[in-house]
Amino acid sequence: MPEWLRIRRGEIPSGEDAAQWTKCPKCGEMLYRPELAASLYVCKNCGLYFRMHAFDRVNMLIDSDFVEIGGDLVTPDPLGWVDKTSYPQKLDRDREKSSLSEGIVCGFGAIGGFPVALGVMDFNFRGGTMGTVVGERIALLFEQARARKVPCIICTASGGARMEEGMLALMQMAKTTLAARRFMNDGHFYLSVLTDPTTGGVSASFAFQADVIVAEAKANIGFAGKRVIEQTIRQKLPDNFQTAEFLLEKGAIDMVVKRPDLRATLIRLLDYAVGDPAPRPGRNGKAAAVKRESHEEAPA
Amino acid sequence: MNVIVEREKGLLQLEQRIADLRKHSADQPVDLSNEITALEEKYAEIQREIFGSMSPWQRVNMARHPKRPIGSDYIAALDQFDELHGDRHFRDDVAVIAGFAKLKGRRVLVVAQEKGRDFKDKVRRNFGSASPEGYRKVTRLVKLAGHLGLPVVTFVDTSGADPGIGSEERAQSEAIATALATFADVPVPVVATVIGEGGSGGALALALADHVIMLQHSVYSVASPEGAAAILWGDASKADEAAARLRLTSDDLREFGIIDEVIAEPIGGAHRDAQGTIASVMTAVDTAIETLKRSTVHALLDRRYAKFRRIGTL
Repeated sequence: MPEWLRIRRGEIPSGEDAAQWTKCPKCGEMLYRPELAASLYVCKNCGLYFRMHAFDRVNMLIDSDFVEIGGDLVTPDPLGWVDKTSYPQKLDRDREKSSLSEGIVCGFGAIGGFPVALGVMDFNFRGGTMGTVVGERIALLFEQARARKVPCIICTASGGARMEEGMLALMQMAKTTLAARRFMNDGHFYLSVLTDPTTGGVSASFAFQADVIVAEAKANIGFAGKRVIEQTIRQKLPDNFQTAEFLLEKGAIDMVVKRPDLRATLIRLLDYAVGDPAPRPGRNGKAAAVKRESHEEAPA
Repeated sequence: MNVIVEREKGLLQLEQRIADLRKHSADQPVDLSNEITALEEKYAEIQREIFGSMSPWQRVNMARHPKRPIGSDYIAALDQFDELHGDRHFRDDVAVIAGFAKLKGRRVLVVAQEKGRDFKDKVRRNFGSASPEGYRKVTRLVKLAGHLGLPVVTFVDTSGADPGIGSEERAQSEAIATALATFADVPVPVVATVIGEGGSGGALALALADHVIMLQHSVYSVASPEGAAAILWGDASKADEAAARLRLTSDDLREFGIIDEVIAEPIGGAHRDAQGTIASVMTAVDTAIETLKRSTVHALLDRRYAKFRRIGTL
């Protein structure tokens, strides 16, 4: 396992000199990082939801071991893509920036004792765009969830299909659709959690194919980007356009959930869908392990 | 401005001159055959020069050529067609034409994206960009095809799904996602042909198919060249550069294993022999259905799964 990933997962303590303060991009409030983590990355001053790191969200939701799958898949450069920089350079930069190997983390663990397959996308990696590795990890997640007969939850955050992988990226919409359908046709429960932002080829494929679709409060969700629409119609869109609340009003999603309530909501939904309210042991029967610091300080 | 239309102008003039000379030589006792032969040679040379090796951007322009055969031309060439309308909820989106048909005597369900021919028709059809209702009509009728055991034949030609306010309000994402899910499940052969522009998710929504065909000069892309250029360089006018990078030609996509078959176009593009091109497409579609029909439903769905499952597998 690479060192950065072990740091990410809290196996190696990160440097003491790490900046402990950050500024809220909306209200400018200075926020103490450990406190921000404890508040699940919600600004205590203005209530802004920070976009969460994939592993922070995994830790927020999972209360057991989390066994990652597909983590060793390496992103190819099938088109030999170059624009201002090369695609491999962009990937290196994003790996550095996000401490992730790709735009989604997939794996198995338990939420409220329910064993689940969980995928969490991360906007910090190429805008959460879906390329071949993201598509492959999602397909693997559905396939393995089907084999294990456990529900599948995917938290989306994506600008759509990844342009740098061209049509191979677009085809991941078909691949994830087929995997989701095969999983669901076997009678398993698929729950989609739309987080900020969820647009394009991801919203138009597996994100909107779930049995139940919940959205995190205030998240931007839509098909076309807001700028594209504004350019097409040549007028400014209202502020609430494409928000989770807007979609709820239009009937496109099942519920809007505040981030601090998300885990409890998922547990209730799993309870309805899977039916067994009794807490189950973790997949390995082991106690919870490998927590990140940020989560240790977070309220349960 | 369409770069193919521009380059075609000289050729068309030359064509006219040759025709005039022929007429003239038939009326007059003068022998013009040498002049005609010379002009014809020149014509062929220019034709080779223009169409011999087209750049990706020229292919995009060919795919958007105003005279290129569009969905309704293919529908008109069917033995029989009865249109079925509407999504049963909101309206009939005429950016998609769908209905029962007979193709070489075979009962099928046809779905075609329709850009429209004259300006009024184009506006009415939203230039082939379907709204959620269009995709919901597709979903409804593909399910019907599954119910009746009819093979599904789709013709893809769109710059993309409609990005308007109404489409967002009525959940464009959900409409496309559900269309994709329906094609994933439908227990009958599905054959898709990209006849012009295959614009991103709005095109894929009709192309999750057992057999995907592309006309030689059609294009199929993750993003429009203009959109990609705007994102990459903040300059939509660099669309030609973006087109080259996106690998959107039929050759590229055949190489990537994303499409199954390429149908050659006459020199100068499909519109130079629309009926011939359409006939070759219909033959290819029919052959594909014939092959696919030999599979059991189970094998068909397994094959469909495997076909897309391997794309991008490392």
